Amino acid sequence: MSWISKTFSSSIGRKIIMAVTGLFLCSFLVVHLVGNLQLFKADNGVAFNAYSEFMGHNPLIRTLEIVLVLGFGFHIYEGLTLAAKNRAARGGQGYVSNHIEQNSSWHSRSMAMLGSIVLFFLIVHLYNFFGSLRFTDVPRDANGNEDAYALVLAAFKNPLYVTLYVVAQIALLYHLLHGFSSAFQTLGLTHRKYTPAIKFVGYAFSIIVCAAFAAMPIYFYFFK
Amino acid sequence: MAGSNPNAKPMNLTLKVWRQKNRNTQGSIVDYQVKDISPDMSFLEMLDVLNEDLLRKGEEPVAFDHDCREGICGSCNLFINGRAHGPESGTTTCQLHMRKFNDGDTITIEPWRAAAFPVNKDLSVDRSAFDRIIQAGGYVSINTGGTPDANEIPIPKQIADRAFEAATCIGCGACVASCKNASAMLFVSAKVSQLALLPQGHVERKTRVENMVAQMDKEGFGACTNIGSCAAECPVGISLENIAILNQEFLLAKATSNNLA
Repeated sequence: MSWISKTFSSSIGRKIIMAVTGLFLCSFLVVHLVGNLQLFKADNGVAFNAYSEFMGHNPLIRTLEIVLVLGFGFHIYEGLTLAAKNRAARGGQGYVSNHIEQNSSWHSRSMAMLGSIVLFFLIVHLYNFFGSLRFTDVPRDANGNEDAYALVLAAFKNPLYVTLYVVAQIALLYHLLHGFSSAFQTLGLTHRKYTPAIKFVGYAFSIIVCAAFAAMPIYFYFFK
Repeated sequence: MAGSNPNAKPMNLTLKVWRQKNRNTQGSIVDYQVKDISPDMSFLEMLDVLNEDLLRKGEEPVAFDHDCREGICGSCNLFINGRAHGPESGTTTCQLHMRKFNDGDTITIEPWRAAAFPVNKDLSVDRSAFDRIIQAGGYVSINTGGTPDANEIPIPKQIADRAFEAATCIGCGACVASCKNASAMLFVSAKVSQLALLPQGHVERKTRVENMVAQMDKEGFGACTNIGSCAAECPVGISLENIAILNQEFLLAKATSNNLA
């Protein structure tokens, strides 16, 4: 099996892990977003709580949760260690004058930093909702579902959380603006006919997903 | 002189040059003044003038790499004002002319920086890591025998053109020097895709990409994050498409080659 470990410990193999897990996490964003859109339903959280109850207890979802944790784990671990390896490859003595801004975009060079902001947000986010729902007894709503909606209401009355959530979505936006199309390049999926479309879809995806997520804390803080 | 501009005024410049005795010593930026530089000079000729001045004063001249001075050998490698081969796109240092600068300018000149490219002296850098990557598989083995007939192996014009574009890589190392990760992927991908596109390269196709990538990693180059600095600074315009081809070739080779190690 040494050829497998060699493949995925090589620089290209590790980039392939980043690309595959990155695109997988993009698919998670879609699922998470579609479910959370029920927060905007004017039913005081009935539908959202039912959905939340389903996501917390359905055996298939619970199994996929393990895959999701692995996806995050590999993406974060490889991302951070590759960033360290790449920094080391630059060598000790840096340039006295380096105008790298003239040949590449800021967000493409800042993936590790943007990812770290998202990671910090992820930890706080898990503490806010997942931690409470999974590990503590949460009051139940009229239908007997755990009242996740009440948690959302409470969290988004805190301006600190609202700020963090919005800043994290901006970081995620820039992370995705580069990451989405970059993943296809890493997987070798480029083609003169399709690459412009992949870039366009990547931009549209990043903007729509991040704007929709950012709208949630803003909506609850100002209008609920 | 053909092509020279009789109205061009000579320039006086301040140079901030990286000076370093050898690999084991610390270097630093030293300021020099050069006078009466013709705008028709190449950047390297301007450095020749500096070195003549230094020799006259009994000082050590600045060491820098150069050979053909025609933009095809890939020897010259200077990081000028924060850009590989200077501010002009699609040009090597030797083909950069002083008319691109103005009288009174201050120009910062540094060697390529990368852990895999140690500085030998001043601006001269050891790029033998590239040679070792090519030795690992960047060739087509020719077996002896009768001379093959011309046009025996038909190659579509489009494929021939793409292979030729990849083959124009001169191995200067600007890609590594300008990459925030000091990644050599553009260089490696140019050779891998050139030989993968052509039928002559197919015999050793899988082993080639496996060995070249392994050597690239061993030399301590970074991993690609697709920021595109390399292609932007490449003097011969090697495109990022080649890196995608390299990734494809690598995955395919790893999945299907007979090399178990």
